Amino acid sequence: MALKIVKGSIDRMFDKNLQDLVRGIRNHKEDEAKYISTCIDEIKQELKQDNIAVKANAVCKLTYLQMLGYDVSWAAFNIVEVMSSSKFTYKRIGYLAASQCFHESTDVIMLTTNQIRKDLSSPNQYDTGVALTGLSCFVTPDLARDLANDIMTLVSHGDCVKRKRCSVLIMYKVFLKYPESLRPAFPRLKEKLEDPDPGVQSAAVNVICELARRNPKNYLSLAPLFFKLMTSSTNNWVLIKIIKLFGALTPLEPRLGKKLIEPLTNLIHSTSAMSLLYECVNTVIAVLISLSSGMPNHSASIQVMKYLGLLAMSKILKTHPKSVQSHKDLILQCLDDKDESIRLRALDLLYGMVSKKNLMEIVKKLMLHVDKAEGTTYRDELLTKIIDICSQSNYQYITNFEWSVSQPVTPHPPGISVSWWTIRVFAVAQMATLLDNAHLLTGSMQRNGICEVLYAAAWICGEFSEHLENPLQTLEAMLRPKVATLPGHIQAVYVQNAAKLFATVLKSQEGNTDSTTAQETSQLMIDRLPLFVQSANLEVQERASCILQLVKYIQKLQQKDVEVAEEVIALFAGELNPVAPKAQKKVPVPEGLDLDAWINEPPSESESEDEQPKAIFAKEEPKHSRPRHTEVDEKELARRREARKQEQANNPFYIKASPSSQKVYQDAPGVEHIPVVQIDLSVPLKVPGLPMSDQYVKLEEERRQKERAEKKKKEKKKRKEKRSGRGKKHDSGPESEEDITPAHMVDIVTEEMPENALPSDDDDKDPNDPHKALDIDLDKPLADSEKLPVRSHRAAEAPKSPAEDGDAESAATQEPKKKSGKEKREKKKDKDRDRKVSLKCSVSLQIQFSTSRIFNELSPSSFWVFNEKKSSKHKKKKQKKEKEEKEKKKKKKKHHHHHHHSDGGGEESVQNGTVEEEEPLPVSVYDIQGNLQDGSQVVVSVIFENKCDSFLKSMEFNVLDSLNSKLQRPEGSGPHDGLTVPFQLPPGVSNEARFVFTVQSIVMPQKLKGTLTFIVKDSSTHEKLDFKLHFTCTSYLITTPCYSDAFAKLLESGDLKGSSVRLEGVNMPFHHLLARICFHHHFSVVERIDSCASMYSRSIQGHHVCLLVKTSGQTVSIDAKCDEPTLLGNVLDEIKQTFSQC
Amino acid sequence: MIKAILIFNNHGKPRLSKFYEHYTEDTEQQIIRETFHLVSKRDENVCNFLEGGMLIGGSDYKLIYRHYATLYFVFCVDSSESELGILDLIQVFVETLDKCFENVCELDLIFHVDKVHNILAEMVMGGMVLETNMNEIITQVDAQNKMEKSETRQPETIS
Repeated sequence: MALKIVKGSIDRMFDKNLQDLVRGIRNHKEDEAKYISTCIDEIKQELKQDNIAVKANAVCKLTYLQMLGYDVSWAAFNIVEVMSSSKFTYKRIGYLAASQCFHESTDVIMLTTNQIRKDLSSPNQYDTGVALTGLSCFVTPDLARDLANDIMTLVSHGDCVKRKRCSVLIMYKVFLKYPESLRPAFPRLKEKLEDPDPGVQSAAVNVICELARRNPKNYLSLAPLFFKLMTSSTNNWVLIKIIKLFGALTPLEPRLGKKLIEPLTNLIHSTSAMSLLYECVNTVIAVLISLSSGMPNHSASIQVMKYLGLLAMSKILKTHPKSVQSHKDLILQCLDDKDESIRLRALDLLYGMVSKKNLMEIVKKLMLHVDKAEGTTYRDELLTKIIDICSQSNYQYITNFEWSVSQPVTPHPPGISVSWWTIRVFAVAQMATLLDNAHLLTGSMQRNGICEVLYAAAWICGEFSEHLENPLQTLEAMLRPKVATLPGHIQAVYVQNAAKLFATVLKSQEGNTDSTTAQETSQLMIDRLPLFVQSANLEVQERASCILQLVKYIQKLQQKDVEVAEEVIALFAGELNPVAPKAQKKVPVPEGLDLDAWINEPPSESESEDEQPKAIFAKEEPKHSRPRHTEVDEKELARRREARKQEQANNPFYIKASPSSQKVYQDAPGVEHIPVVQIDLSVPLKVPGLPMSDQYVKLEEERRQKERAEKKKKEKKKRKEKRSGRGKKHDSGPESEEDITPAHMVDIVTEEMPENALPSDDDDKDPNDPHKALDIDLDKPLADSEKLPVRSHRAAEAPKSPAEDGDAESAATQEPKKKSGKEKREKKKDKDRDRKVSLKCSVSLQIQFSTSRIFNELSPSSFWVFNEKKSSKHKKKKQKKEKEEKEKKKKKKKHHHHHHHSDGGGEESVQNGTVEEEEPLPVSVYDIQGNLQDGSQVVVSVIFENKCDSFLKSMEFNVLDSLNSKLQRPEGSGPHDGLTVPFQLPPGVSNEARFVFTVQSIVMPQKLKGTLTFIVKDSSTHEKLDFKLHFTCTSYLITTPCYSDAFAKLLESGDLKGSSVRLEGVNMPFHHLLARICFHHHFSVVERIDSCASMYSRSIQGHHVCLLVKTSGQTVSIDAKCDEPTLLGNVLDEIKQTFSQC
Repeated sequence: MIKAILIFNNHGKPRLSKFYEHYTEDTEQQIIRETFHLVSKRDENVCNFLEGGMLIGGSDYKLIYRHYATLYFVFCVDSSESELGILDLIQVFVETLDKCFENVCELDLIFHVDKVHNILAEMVMGGMVLETNMNEIITQVDAQNKMEKSETRQPETIS
């Protein structure tokens, strides 16, 4: 035996360990695979030995090889062997290997069940630790089912913190694999949220957050609990998790949002952790509240914050576009960033920010970036975005189409020209110039898509040829031999439109006695067209030869002096209307029409498929004649539109001619179909003769200014009415935008939609919508915990003491009851708050409604007294200040009084009146709120608001400590040093700071005197403000829910001393009364029967306070019990005071 | 949830890979390669977040990484994790490694990948964060190392 051991250890000495293996691999760089395969052979030998140390070593090496990508599943059984070693060292190696390579289909996994169970209950906490860590990686449904009970036992009976927290954490994995376990385990998990150990607590928070993320609605009932955790926890990680959870919950429960504002603001102000700050801000966004004022300035210039900031902004943008638009410059700057992630984010944002006002500027900026952009993805994105931006919502933001058309990359002029009437003239001129200069484009741009612009240009010139100044010249340009080098489809459009131009030329020469021009034109056509007839492109060939014959015939007629122009132009008569891209989809299927049924038996050979739709949709509207006038006045347009509508209404089978009707080339570019142009940057984007887009920007600005000066109110009004009449939902932009009148009185021809078009929104969803809300996966297999947890798996549970069992059960049954009670209370609080919020608008009083808050009040009497030391230089100003102070003093008193004691309607309105006249004050501290940390700590939150016109800095907050209560100062500072307030206050800004006090005895109320010193920047004098902090006994109470049976036990125990108080003349409904006690004195209702209720609260040092409130008529009697009579007496006094003053 | 934790060097050689979801060895290698490709071409002074690894995740997932000297530390996380929180966590991880190895360098990670795994296990369990306090992590790791040492001494005394 001994020999064997010796032999084993000698073997081991020659074995490679992990380090040797790594070294070996590094030394065999050129034949790594070969080396590793010999190593694997060695490992196989090692695994065959009995010595567990050798095996463990081999498994350790395998784990490394697994990371390099070698399949080691063949050693699974050996891994299990190593896992079951009694030694921690080997066990850990085994579990690590298992966690790396085991998965659900590893068959040896079922052998591990008993081993893991043994390790879970091992006396060595680290055995349990590694087992749980391993299990978390390879847990299977079977393992989850078999081990659920063991894990539950660990959760509730785990003696060691480490074991407890690991087991809590692994519950999530178990739930995932074995969803049935969720309901029986949930109460236990909930308990752990209030575990005294922060580690266990954080594990529970982690698990619930993961669960709630998938199914938030099932966890709404936990909100109060989380709320409490949020205000009490100091662990940033936990806070982040909770805040994220609230972000998911608030959309489901809007009331939650209101409650969250304050604790979140507190956190934002107080935290130093950027991550927490970010999550807070993020959640605030989710809560849809823009806390634009009073936020600390955290414009950290680091990249990380930039990215996240942009991310957050895109969320704000969705609901509050206005607040983001003010940061336009900042976002534009981000486009210059060298980080592509940031640039793309910024681009997304810009897309949403575009308004009439800034479109030109943004696009101009973007165009500059196109020049600079490197990398195709980014450039493509950029161009797509430019086009998206311009075309979004049917060009509604484009006020100056001249500018838009002059943008060389915007390949959508046909779309625009059809949509907008008055712009045509201009567009045509532009395009003619473009065609004239086409040779510039054609040469080098052949391979990239810019010649697509020519396609559009040719079409426009042809279609609206009557607006051309010199159609003959354009015609000549279109028929240049160079054109033959263009792609076929463009040539085709050229040919077709050359014919249109020809018609126009003839028309213009009509009546002209000298017919040479007309004849020359015909000759030109006949000369040039043969070039196209020879084209390889069938389309071009067909059109060219057709038109060629036509022109020849016309020429013959011309020679006979026959008037032909009228007939020729009739070829191209008719008017185009824009059709909404989805119009076709929205045509309702008439009753009795089965679209899938065959009308005729299918022919044996399928015909060209697009023929039939062409025949239907090509129907021209015969009554429409071409618009002849070059000047379209608005009235006329309106009239015409009206007529058209009428016509449509009268004709139920009316289908409008689409732009793809006969006159237009088959793929006539709808906005949707415009090819995204990729630009080769070696090509200049400017075409000589085309005015620079910048000029238009300038022109536009001038125009706007002029307009502003003129202010044709009447017109504007009219337009506004019209606009609102159209009811565009996109018009949610800033109101000021309305003041910008478009360059032309453009008439938006509303895109045509078939009648009865279903107003469906679903197809409006843009899959690329940058603000698309994250989809929350709700199909996770999770039992609906809304139902009462019925313990169907009782039998399997480990034996437990009946008392605990009962507790859990009753806790479970209590839940809905408690919740409804809470809701009621919340409602009341809401009401209270609403009333106060009305006050807030004038005094911006901060109200609190959290369960664990302690209300501290300021004693107002000494509050507004300034130190008299003043420099003579600022005397005048100071005097004014003093006056204001006096005024304020009066008001503050009143206000404070109200705030604290009364909800009386009449008085309130009076106060609102007085307060509104308030003038700005230099500094005002509104109130102080406390927040529980632990038994002896109270956090006082102070809101500072600067109401004067000067900048305040170097604020120092100091309180004269008493024996009982002390302000916590940083280490090393003396007992009389003040605390620096960590911010400065620009005028009109408020901010909150928190100060921690240690309190020894909480049974007596207490007042602390304090001073606030600060420097007014302009005068650079020190100013001082005295105040008093009033720590009431109530402020030491925390709202704590209590169950009726626990309450009964507490009363039975006989430890509590009683006291009672009677309130006379209380004239309010009983539930109001209860709400008031709950709100002002932090009690919770345990039970209420008719006009009698029991209430409970707990002090921060654990004193129980029980109340029995009865009412009869106007008399309210309160019987109270508490284990600390002095505290009770004081609390009752405070309650009495509350009601005596209402 | 954290989906994967990867450490690789400037040449894409894996130094540690921890997947909290099962993939085959080939896929794992592919993910490491792809991640390296994505991360390595980014400049030093750009942000630490990256969206759009194809193999791992999808739109809900982000790569959050930090680059220390020769090593990249990459965490692949879903939207339930706070981006900055994870960045902090990486920092904690690296500082913990630094404490445990005393001036950690790539070689430590190369030769003691098992120890790195053990340290990581004290921080992240099954994709969920267990502990973020460095001292707490070190205490746990030290205690386990002590136990290991006491066990390795035993056979020597026997033989």
